[in-house]
Amino acid sequence: MINKDSKLILEITDLHARIEDQAILQGVNLRIKAGEIHAIMGRNGSGKSTLSKIIAGHPAYTVTSGEIKYKGENLMNMEPENRSRVGIFLGFQYPVEIPGVSNLEFLRVATNARRQELGEEELDTFDFEDLVQKRLELVQMDPAFLNRSVNEGFSGGEKKRNEILQMALLEPSLSILDETDSGLDIDALRIVAAGINQLAKPNTATLLITHYQRLLNEITPDFVHVMASGRILRTGGSELALDLEKDGYEWVEKINKDKEKV
Amino acid sequence: MDKQNPVQEIVSQPYKYGFVTEIETEKIEKGLNEDVIRLISKKKKEPEFLLNFRLKAFNQWLKMKEPNWAELGYPQINYQDIIYYAAPKASEKKESLNEVDPKLLETFEKLGIPLSEQKRLTNVAVDAVFDSVSIATTYKEKLAEHGVIFCSISEAVNEYPEIIEKYIGTVVPINDNFFASLNSAVFSDGSFVYVPKGVNCPMDLSSYFRINSGDTGQFERTLIIAEEASQVSYLEGCTAPMFDTNTLHAAVVELVALEEASIKYSTVQNWYSGNEDGVGGIYNFVTKRGQCRGKKSKISWSQVETGSAITWKYPSCVLQGEESIGEFYSVALTNNHQKADTGTKMIHVGAKSRSTIVSKGISAGQSANSYRGLVQMGPKAYGARNYSQCDSMLIGDKASANTYPYIRSQQPQSSIEHEASTCRISEEQLFYLQSRGIGFEEAISMMVSGFCRDVFNQLPMEFAAEADKLLALKLEGSVG
Repeated sequence: MINKDSKLILEITDLHARIEDQAILQGVNLRIKAGEIHAIMGRNGSGKSTLSKIIAGHPAYTVTSGEIKYKGENLMNMEPENRSRVGIFLGFQYPVEIPGVSNLEFLRVATNARRQELGEEELDTFDFEDLVQKRLELVQMDPAFLNRSVNEGFSGGEKKRNEILQMALLEPSLSILDETDSGLDIDALRIVAAGINQLAKPNTATLLITHYQRLLNEITPDFVHVMASGRILRTGGSELALDLEKDGYEWVEKINKDKEKV
Repeated sequence: MDKQNPVQEIVSQPYKYGFVTEIETEKIEKGLNEDVIRLISKKKKEPEFLLNFRLKAFNQWLKMKEPNWAELGYPQINYQDIIYYAAPKASEKKESLNEVDPKLLETFEKLGIPLSEQKRLTNVAVDAVFDSVSIATTYKEKLAEHGVIFCSISEAVNEYPEIIEKYIGTVVPINDNFFASLNSAVFSDGSFVYVPKGVNCPMDLSSYFRINSGDTGQFERTLIIAEEASQVSYLEGCTAPMFDTNTLHAAVVELVALEEASIKYSTVQNWYSGNEDGVGGIYNFVTKRGQCRGKKSKISWSQVETGSAITWKYPSCVLQGEESIGEFYSVALTNNHQKADTGTKMIHVGAKSRSTIVSKGISAGQSANSYRGLVQMGPKAYGARNYSQCDSMLIGDKASANTYPYIRSQQPQSSIEHEASTCRISEEQLFYLQSRGIGFEEAISMMVSGFCRDVFNQLPMEFAAEADKLLALKLEGSVG
């Protein structure tokens, strides 16, 4: 939902980043306002997953120049845990398994860390169970998964539901969802997409990272960006995704090359 | 974001129990010879049989060689440079706590073990051992109502000499090993528990060992007898001040469980482990063994080993009785330059005896952590079963973990299962937890305590919370 007067949530300016000696981002510019849903599309290796991890503060990447501002505040020196607490959420493409750590306890600690930042009271075990039961409905997840270790032995679809459950509990201002549609069958995709749609509010922003149109059939983005070689080459409305589906990425890359020639 | 490898260095928080109590101490001269042993025995007003026991052990010890098969790589210990007896002055056992030096009470209070009537731990009787002597035992009268004897071993030697003479050295013989022989010759104090037939001990019994003097060895001796169909749960805790010299701690613990009796023995060991460069710390060389003598008897060891420069111990069960049960649940955490070589021996003698081993080793810093265990099925152990699970967790890339399981079976109708795993806390796991608002150190301690859950579940409740906190503390600190 585009509203000219909305507050700016995320502002990325000329961002360059590398992992070890390899340059991955080469000048990304992106502005996302409250209420908006953005989608970044691109081939494997175009840098779109890296961008999501850098926003969340992954320690393996080094930002060499440029900046990321969240609600006007520079993120560069903020630890990942603090980024989460102030309302940045990254839904992982491959959520890791953490043996021995109870999913329920993990969710509770994470939720309380966010609540503390918001000045809300911490939830004890009982209050938290009430809350989590409500949120489970949103992703139609079996409560049995709460009593297992974090993501351990979960199927691909269950892991993704667990991600959206976390998003529902943390109530972030900015949700970045990295390939949330991958590994989901069509029913699971609809459930997850419905959850994301419900969680998108006028005061929150969503950034979807995806290969395919099929997630965008369920969630209509306000803006679509095409990424290649560590840069955003083209930005358009939701129709851009349809063009891509029809003509492939080569089309955008070609237009871009032509532009460079001129 | 500027961390190159955030998991690499996790420095433990300064040791909380490293203070020294300024108290006048009576110490004997350094060194070890027959006269020293006679002197210790005399100071403790021991009966003849015990002096003979000590002298016999000493003569055995003289013929023995210090073992080095564990390759723990510590400098040669000079046994003539150790004081074998140190006691707070006027250490006569007091009739009431009011007569105990307030400084000692204060020390234990600081350690979280209040001994005074008002503040005592509810439902846990405590025997507090300071250097070579027991200074107080709480709830003695209440236990006596049930016929349970809980006192220092010195006291037991004088008051119940027939029980001591009957059992001492029968589980761990005086020539068992180098350190056990040394202990048998010079042991100072420790705890004694006797639970009569059919009695379920009404409260947990606990001993708290405190080393205070720097140049004194601690050689405590514990003996627990559970008569037929009785039950007891015993806990021990240990701390020591920080010294830059190494202090030797060589204890012997003997447990005897008769028919259908059950003994649960839990340890939280947090001796001073030396500084980040590996200077100082306790050498913890301990022999712990229990005998399940009767049918359906049970001995369960649980331990959380976090301290000491070197830990070298194998709490074991000799499963003589038919259908007897042995258990060993262990968490060993090493950091900086600590070394731990620990595990268990399950010796199956009786038919249908069963044993379970769950060992969790966590190594951080440049430490080395080994599990070493033996499961033996004797010729008569028909239908006996063992299950072992040994998991190691590595934090950073300079620590090491080893597993040495020895298996011997002379009984084809027995079964032995062994599972082992090694894992490393990965950067991706840490990032995942961090990206959900969980701080770096909390994330590590969450994973570590998750890793240890199977063992913590076996600890008595008060201890489990304590152990969890202790691990978190050990891993807390700056991250480089």
